[in-house]
Amino acid sequence: MEKVFSRTRGLTDKPLHYCPGCTHGIIHRIIAEVMCEMDILDTTIGVSPVGCAYNNYEYFSCDMVQAAHGRAPAVATGIKRVHPDRTVFTYQGDGDLAAIGTAEIIHAAARGEKICTFFVNNTIYGMTSGQMAPTTLIGQVTTTSPFGRMSDVQGFPINVSELLASLPGAVYIERVAVNDFKHITQAKKAIRKAFRVQQAGLGFAMVEFLSTCPTNWGKDPISALRWMEDAMYKQYPLGVYRGEDLEVAP
Amino acid sequence: MDLSSGRITMAKVEFLEERCKGCGLCVSVCPRKIILLRQDKLNVKGFHPAGVDQMDRCTGCTICATMCPDSVIEVWR
Amino acid sequence: MGNRVLMKGNEAIAEAAIRAGCRHYFGYPITPQTEVMHYMAKRMVEVGGAFVQAESEVSAINMVYGAASAGARVMTTSSSPGVSLMQEGFSYIAGAELPAVVVNIVRSGPGLGGILPAQGDYFQATKGGGHGDYRNIVLAPASVQELYELTVEAFNLADRYRMLTMILGDGALGQMMEPVEFREQEPVDTVNKDGWAVSGTLGQRGHNTVTSIYIEADTLEKLNNKLQAKYRDVRDKEVRVETFNCDGAEIIITAFGTCSRICRNVIRQADALGIKVGLIRPITLWPFPEDAIAEAAGRDSLKAFLDVEMNCGQMVEDVRLAVNGRKPVHFFGRSGGNLPTQKEILDQIRSIAGR
Repeated sequence: MEKVFSRTRGLTDKPLHYCPGCTHGIIHRIIAEVMCEMDILDTTIGVSPVGCAYNNYEYFSCDMVQAAHGRAPAVATGIKRVHPDRTVFTYQGDGDLAAIGTAEIIHAAARGEKICTFFVNNTIYGMTSGQMAPTTLIGQVTTTSPFGRMSDVQGFPINVSELLASLPGAVYIERVAVNDFKHITQAKKAIRKAFRVQQAGLGFAMVEFLSTCPTNWGKDPISALRWMEDAMYKQYPLGVYRGEDLEVAP
Repeated sequence: MDLSSGRITMAKVEFLEERCKGCGLCVSVCPRKIILLRQDKLNVKGFHPAGVDQMDRCTGCTICATMCPDSVIEVWR
Repeated sequence: MGNRVLMKGNEAIAEAAIRAGCRHYFGYPITPQTEVMHYMAKRMVEVGGAFVQAESEVSAINMVYGAASAGARVMTTSSSPGVSLMQEGFSYIAGAELPAVVVNIVRSGPGLGGILPAQGDYFQATKGGGHGDYRNIVLAPASVQELYELTVEAFNLADRYRMLTMILGDGALGQMMEPVEFREQEPVDTVNKDGWAVSGTLGQRGHNTVTSIYIEADTLEKLNNKLQAKYRDVRDKEVRVETFNCDGAEIIITAFGTCSRICRNVIRQADALGIKVGLIRPITLWPFPEDAIAEAAGRDSLKAFLDVEMNCGQMVEDVRLAVNGRKPVHFFGRSGGNLPTQKEILDQIRSIAGR
């Protein structure tokens, strides 16, 4: 027998603090696995957000910088301009990227900054205990939309992938999910393509991951995955929004 | 592999029980439905860790390990 | 040996940064410092550095945070309303112990205010506009030559102490043209940052992490104690102050920056009237030269201090603390972009002297 699946050295030994069944853990692991598979772990610098994943600089084994809320794309810009030959990524949740950080992400994408952004969309604010996010669905109950999100007073959700896809500097944008083996496999391919786009110096790349928040959705982990499939897919269809035909190394 | 009985031998999984949070995702995705949360055990975090009793039915497909958010599972084949 | 060039203050700042080894500049346009950006947009490219016009000052200071965490000498420049936006970034830079240089070409406020010079950001610069217990080194040049030299020195101070060093200029200094003497080689300290800066592990070391969040109280208190010890060290070693004509002076003026130049002229006029007036000019606003002021306050010959500022009374509070009640401290200020006139200051002196 040979070992066919082991813990990736792209993650440190520190046990993750996320809630049981939170898909942050899967997303962290597959990013780490891809870095190792591509042999870029030692030449990568990541930027941590503010949100549940604020301390993922303790989980990734590469050099990491923790950023103020929403500012990760600006911090990543600073790092990449100092070390253009290194791989730089940001890891951000929906409050970080789509609320307070909208200027930073749009302009990093517009400038075609050669960084990758991994955007974790779970339609809610996790760390601060369940407030409405820019990505919260109409009718979704949160601690600040206790009657369900009402479009006339609380507006409509933002589709970040579609929004950024309008910018020429954003050369590769794909929305993926991590709810089963098939989708996780596709998500890994997207991560790999995003890193290849950066290596080729083509411009800004983003992978949006549909993710769950069992605790704040008030569901068990498995039901949370099913709700993601039933409700989130409609608002946030999976697929490539830009750069389908980009030719990069495998 | 024993073709007549459909049993694939020579695969196994190991669970780092102290890291498991009993989330049940692995249980839900195992194609052979051999993973369970051990009700008779509590790990140091207070969760019922995942485990496999019928290891001879494991195919080493790695779907459980792929699904685990906490890198609890290692797979041999 | 070097050369002398007639330069605008804003351009001297940019040239100083380049000669101090800065190869990364991130900024956002705002009057009256925009010439720094224009100069950098060309010069930074000439020397193979990176120039980025950010989408806001919030973004610019975070780009500075990123570049500083990657070990580079990095600068941003702005003016008062933009510096207000940067306060969050300053706090993060302090907490993460990153070296960085920021130039504030102060304009009149509050709010959108005006574009004429002022000194109304003294509190913001020295008392901390960002959250938490931290300090920035604050330097207040009074001529274009000093603006140039202190900008070079700011990078050395920032690297030496791993903290933000601010140049507090004003719109007048930024716009005026004066001769600047360059040295052949500016004094640039090289500091090894491999122990903490992020650059990719290259398989040669464990991973470096730059952060300012520490959830456990004891751990965060330890960081705070470390920062305070650092700030005490800076206080011991880096105070810079100029004293002029203070021996036996009846009145001592305290003033910084452009204001101090006006006061210097008034001293001559007062002398002609038989009133001996001295000047204590803080060059570091933080660390504040309290010892020089305290020493002067103890002299029998001194009747009073007169603090003159282009604001409604900010540095005067630190002067009063240093004087500690031993002598009266008078204040005269103009705001809105107005400069105190020599006549106004002389009138104040005559009123204090009683003749």
